[in-house]
Amino acid sequence: MRILAAMSGGVDSAVATARLVEAGHDVTGVHLALSRNPELYRSGSRGCCSIADANDARRAADVLGIPFYVWDFSERFAADVVADFVAEYAAGRTPNPCLRCNEKIKFAAVLERGVALGFDAVATGHYARLDRTDEDPSLYRAAEPAKDQSYVLGVLTAAQLARCEFPLGEVQSKTELRAEAAERGLLVADKPDSHDICFIPTGDTAGFLNDRLGERVGDIVNEADEVVGAHRGYHQFTVGQRHGLHLSVPAGDGRPRYVLGLDPVANTVTVGPKSSLVVRTITGIRPTWTERPQTGSWRGLVQVRAHGEAMPATISVVADQLEIALDEPAFGIAPGQAAVHYDGDRVVGAATIAATNS
Amino acid sequence: MTARSYLDHAASSPMPAEVLAELVEAMGQAGNPSSLHQSGRTARRLLEEARESLAVSVGARPDELVFTSGGTEANNLALLGAPRPGRSQVAISAIEHPSVAGVRERGDQVQLLPVDADGFLVTAELAELIGAQTALVSVMWVNNETGVIEPVAKAADLAHAVGAWAHSDAVQAFGHLVIDFAASGLDLLSLSAHKLGGPVGIGALVVRRGIQLRPSGFGGGQEAKLRSGTVPVALAVGFAAAARLAAVRQAEEQQRLAELKQQLVAGVLARIDQVRVNSPALASPAIVNLTFAGARADDVLLLLDAAGIDASTGSACTAGMHQPSEVLLAMGRSLADAGSSLRFSFGPSTSAAEIERALAVLPTAVAKARAAA
Ligand SMILES: Cc1ncc(COP(=O)(O)O)c(C=O)c1O
Repeated sequence: MRILAAMSGGVDSAVATARLVEAGHDVTGVHLALSRNPELYRSGSRGCCSIADANDARRAADVLGIPFYVWDFSERFAADVVADFVAEYAAGRTPNPCLRCNEKIKFAAVLERGVALGFDAVATGHYARLDRTDEDPSLYRAAEPAKDQSYVLGVLTAAQLARCEFPLGEVQSKTELRAEAAERGLLVADKPDSHDICFIPTGDTAGFLNDRLGERVGDIVNEADEVVGAHRGYHQFTVGQRHGLHLSVPAGDGRPRYVLGLDPVANTVTVGPKSSLVVRTITGIRPTWTERPQTGSWRGLVQVRAHGEAMPATISVVADQLEIALDEPAFGIAPGQAAVHYDGDRVVGAATIAATNS
Repeated sequence: MTARSYLDHAASSPMPAEVLAELVEAMGQAGNPSSLHQSGRTARRLLEEARESLAVSVGARPDELVFTSGGTEANNLALLGAPRPGRSQVAISAIEHPSVAGVRERGDQVQLLPVDADGFLVTAELAELIGAQTALVSVMWVNNETGVIEPVAKAADLAHAVGAWAHSDAVQAFGHLVIDFAASGLDLLSLSAHKLGGPVGIGALVVRRGIQLRPSGFGGGQEAKLRSGTVPVALAVGFAAAARLAAVRQAEEQQRLAELKQQLVAGVLARIDQVRVNSPALASPAIVNLTFAGARADDVLLLLDAAGIDASTGSACTAGMHQPSEVLLAMGRSLADAGSSLRFSFGPSTSAAEIERALAVLPTAVAKARAAA
């Protein structure tokens, strides 16, 4: 196969690429330049698109003896991921930009360009497994649950998955992977993992949003609509958040209070007790399916954040939305996040959380 | 592995075996040419013979030749060393190599001299723009992206008319065109060895007698107190050998490369639509630049590379990505066209079979790249 390996400059994608080369594929490495201004980004370990990362990726490709290119997707990334991220916060929701990037950039724009250039597939260093025994491949969690990244791939469709390769699905531990990288002579073997949002390398999401949305002072209210504090922009808050509220009026019962909701129109943040965060049902919009679209109702597992637990639920398709009824109540589920649902370890599909109910 | 076509001689031209042999032999001679003892004398003799040989190759006097680490350092030395009391500006053409154009980032006052749609310096504008404040006029002999040959003698005349010095970056001209420094009227001329089959890591700045440049660094004062550092004798020997070989072959090679270039251009125009040739008739036979409208240059290069064809855009790379060519933008091309252009460049090892291979691959590569854009 002719495979386009997305090389971030990190150890995972370097080893993923090495495995494909070893398996005899015709592999070309590509580093995605996603930042408009890579020089401003902190170099080294964190951001996914600094010049230092591009150099690390190139060095790995050279060690593997494969062609390597840098593709500039900064405009698409700014429009499809960063602008969306800001707009979602402005609308009082909490987006997941990695998912969005996978959906719109890595497995869409990059894949399309690669296919047009004659590549059969795009490979990444994500920890997830593809089972190709059936005609349509099935997407599964990684062999090692602690490393599993199937959540951020949950938005992919059958057409996209048909052209994906995830060579790291069976990796048992990061230690093992790093040892393999060292054995293969890849200098990124000891490079720290990235955790931040790549376009906010300082980790200061609130500051990033303030710069773009401005600080706008508003009220923090309780469920009875009484003012209990002030905020400097509702976009600095996420449903379920407990810290950093700086409330001036103590709670009547002295118990901790949490963010319950954000109202962009009134510019208010509503807080209340943990009990008010209870979620029993979730409405998901814009459902996507990794294989065939489902109909009716079925039993499954639902995950609502990247490292969240899988919660048993009854899932139904109602009109063009998903209604998810959780077996056990959950707390603090933020609209805007993705609900990825599974059949055991198999990813069935995803939807964007539009509303939750107790 | 199937045969590849190396059509990127303007990036670096492979070293002929006879040059390599001379280089290796000189490498075996220990010695610092500044030492007074026996081994120093041996090294110095080799170095000065190389200098004299190169001086003959470019029509200069041996003592006018200052060895540098390459074309980049020669250009830097000329541009940074030139400003003189009372003359605060340097004027450079709009299509200079970054090792000249970069002077803009040094905070000096730099005037950009416009070129026309073919890339030729507009000499009437040059005459308008320069004056008593101009210390140096720098116009390259041959452009590295399109091969256009600039009117350097005319530029030198105009520079001298206002009392300015004239410099030319002849890195892409040397080896392919006759260079006569004395006849050119130039005051400063930059050369590099590896573009004509010499070793990477050596070049020279030719400095007319009587011109006092400011050294760009300090040290032992080797190379006419202008460029300190122990001179790599063996590289100088290789440089001189490559230049001699190129001179011997030059007339014949000019004809042969012109035919290969014509073969490529005619073949491309016959097979692919929406192609624009950016190299005018008055250009180096070793370089041709083509715009494949609607295709990303990087994508065409990827496909050519995979099919065994080495080519380039010829323009600067930033963070591993080709930027739209400044040269083509200066020639008035659109941003899209400037990002859809490739350079093919030839040298002594280029064969008609290599061109045929490229022609066999290009139509599909361009079609795919257009579909991917
Ligand atoms: C026109 C021109 N000037 C200068 C240089 C720099 O020469 P060197 O690689 O020897 O530093 C090059 C080569 O890239 C060139 O093409």
